[in-house]
Amino acid sequence: MAEQSVPDNLGNDAAAPLVPDPEHGYGPAATADPVTDVPPVGARLDLPEAGEWKRVSPKYVMVEIVGTVVFLVIVCAAAGALWLLLDQTWAAWVGAAIALVTLISLAFEPRRVRSIGYQLRADDLLFRRGIMYQRFVSVPYGRMQLVDITRGPVARVLGLADLKFVTAAASSGVAIPGLAEADADALRDRLVELAESRRAGL
Amino acid sequence: MTSLADGDWHRLHPASPLLRGGIFVFALLGFVIANLRERFVDLVFGIPRESGDPLDAIYEGGAVGWALLIVAGVLLVIIVAFSLSWRMHTFRVTDESVEVRSGILFRSHRQARLDRIQGVNIVRPLIPRLFGAAKLEVSVAGQDANVQLAYLGSALADGLRRDILRLASGARQPRAAVPGPIDPGQLLPAPETDPPGVGQPGDLVAPAGNRRHALNDYASARVGEFLAPELDPDAAPPESVVRIPVLRLIGSIVFSGFTVFVLVGIGAIITSVIVGGSEWLLIAIFPGLIASVGYYVSRFTKSLRYSIAGTPDGVRVGFGLLTTSNETLPPGRIHAIGVTQPLAWRPFGWWQISINKAGHSTNDGAAGQAATTVLPVGSLTDVGKVLELILPGFAIDEQRALVIRGLTSRGGNDGFANAPRRAAWLRPFSWRRTGYTVTAGAALLRRGVLSRELVLVPLARLQSVGIDQGPVRRRLRLASARLHTVTGPVSASLGVIDVDEAVRMFEAISAGAVASADSDTSHHWSLVPAVTATVAPAPGSTAAPAAATEVTS
Repeated sequence: MAEQSVPDNLGNDAAAPLVPDPEHGYGPAATADPVTDVPPVGARLDLPEAGEWKRVSPKYVMVEIVGTVVFLVIVCAAAGALWLLLDQTWAAWVGAAIALVTLISLAFEPRRVRSIGYQLRADDLLFRRGIMYQRFVSVPYGRMQLVDITRGPVARVLGLADLKFVTAAASSGVAIPGLAEADADALRDRLVELAESRRAGL
Repeated sequence: MTSLADGDWHRLHPASPLLRGGIFVFALLGFVIANLRERFVDLVFGIPRESGDPLDAIYEGGAVGWALLIVAGVLLVIIVAFSLSWRMHTFRVTDESVEVRSGILFRSHRQARLDRIQGVNIVRPLIPRLFGAAKLEVSVAGQDANVQLAYLGSALADGLRRDILRLASGARQPRAAVPGPIDPGQLLPAPETDPPGVGQPGDLVAPAGNRRHALNDYASARVGEFLAPELDPDAAPPESVVRIPVLRLIGSIVFSGFTVFVLVGIGAIITSVIVGGSEWLLIAIFPGLIASVGYYVSRFTKSLRYSIAGTPDGVRVGFGLLTTSNETLPPGRIHAIGVTQPLAWRPFGWWQISINKAGHSTNDGAAGQAATTVLPVGSLTDVGKVLELILPGFAIDEQRALVIRGLTSRGGNDGFANAPRRAAWLRPFSWRRTGYTVTAGAALLRRGVLSRELVLVPLARLQSVGIDQGPVRRRLRLASARLHTVTGPVSASLGVIDVDEAVRMFEAISAGAVASADSDTSHHWSLVPAVTATVAPAPGSTAAPAAATEVTS
């Protein structure tokens, strides 16, 4: 296992308390308004030292689009029924508003799918997703309880599968959607193998 | 060493079906008494009856024979069912696991692996306790996966727990200092030690000449057990024991959020009486107030005689006046620790400690709260002692100072990496105190200024770590971080943290989690570390081995 030779320079000094960075936090209390140090543009969350992210299949956009379209059809049908059959005019407006928001978010779907990424580091699985609401998760391999692979109807037609890495914590939530089926199986076997070599209890 | 953990099948206490079916028996008694109360009154006080009862009806109807037959039949069925269920309910403890077989028509076989034990709980509800019986529960991770042995002889349950924990700890030989010599009188009702198939309920009856003597012994053993201190003085070094003074217990219950509720209710009643005209409010609230008295009393009695102590096999948390309960948590079974102080407790300097753990006992903890509260109320010194017990290796002065600062500091450069000033937009009061640090294999998160809170997460138990950022925090160059642990009352999250600091924290904690897990030996806590390091994981299985298995046929 070549990856194990990667030195972990952080874990060894875990006993030493981290020294807070003096640049931010509690500067001299005399600084003016709390807002002054907010720059015009905010800072995105990013892991500068992370390696190459593996992306999910671009075809996964289709799965999302089909799901959204089905949702849209249901919303439109419900709103239309309320409007035409029961003469509730407000339903038409609510339906139209939901449809508009969904369509706009649909336009961002390719970017959102591109934002999903994962990488197998020496000792943990790194996962990211989201553009507006970003999320990074690191799961040590030894914490794996099981790996779950599911295939929805649309994903099956496209030859895709979703992989879920389950730990004892419900909030871990590492679910990698839209992997090619062969990739998903290979990734599952690799993860199980890595977890075996780093087994931790609970 | 008791022979219960010898790998053979054993039976439970013969009275188990009766004790387990306690509510049913009481309901039956209640039914009989309700129907025949006038007869009892007549019998005891000599007040003549005015109306007939079912017995009269039977007598006059000439159905005495039938009635007797039915009663005999029902009794027979009950006795046969109880003795069958007792005979079929067996358990054994091997080097690997605890197993229970039960059921008459639907057989079930449940097995819990010893190295996956999350805690062993012994509960003595009032009535079984009077009969010298106790319920032993082995909790493992998972929903409804616990193995329960209800009921065992009181002293046998204690011995069995000691043996289970000793086997689980990896020590194959009995420890040199087995705590607590067992009173020979307590071993008397010990039918479980009989080999299966031999132990009949009839064996319990002593020879006629000794019967009175045996009964005397039995009664005095029961009384002795009932009056014995909740915590066996030999079980733990006295300096490690933390108790709660009664006055502090009352104070902590009075100064709780529930009291605010009650005060609002009383206020509403007073105003409604003064203003007048709205009796419905009185009717609506008054029963609630009466119920709240019951709530206070039950919280009080359930926390009485509380003690937490360190034993060689983990932390022992015990409590209860009438119904007693004590749970032993082996080392390394605690996934997160939350130390909190509600605003009303601050003048007194009281704190509460709750924990996240993977296994959950089905029985309530102290004060009727979930069994996740290990210290219902305690001073800063008590907090230090309890943390020392549940986080071994955390007793060095540096860490102690860090914990104190984490609890009481108002913020500033005190060893914690705090949120920047611009976090005041999201945390106007607590941003100075919102911060984290990593030390001695544990992450410390500090937050809250009105209701102060410090969360400690042992990195060896950490499942994963995540950082998040939404549009608002992005604008403020902030992020939020969360350490994922098993479900429980403690949530290890930081609402605001500088974005660069969040990345540093993410890297440090994810690397620390891997490093601590590698050096962690708590699943076999009695083995010398060198031996544990060479224990290879079981090959062949694709997922982590299940902690408990159950076969129902």
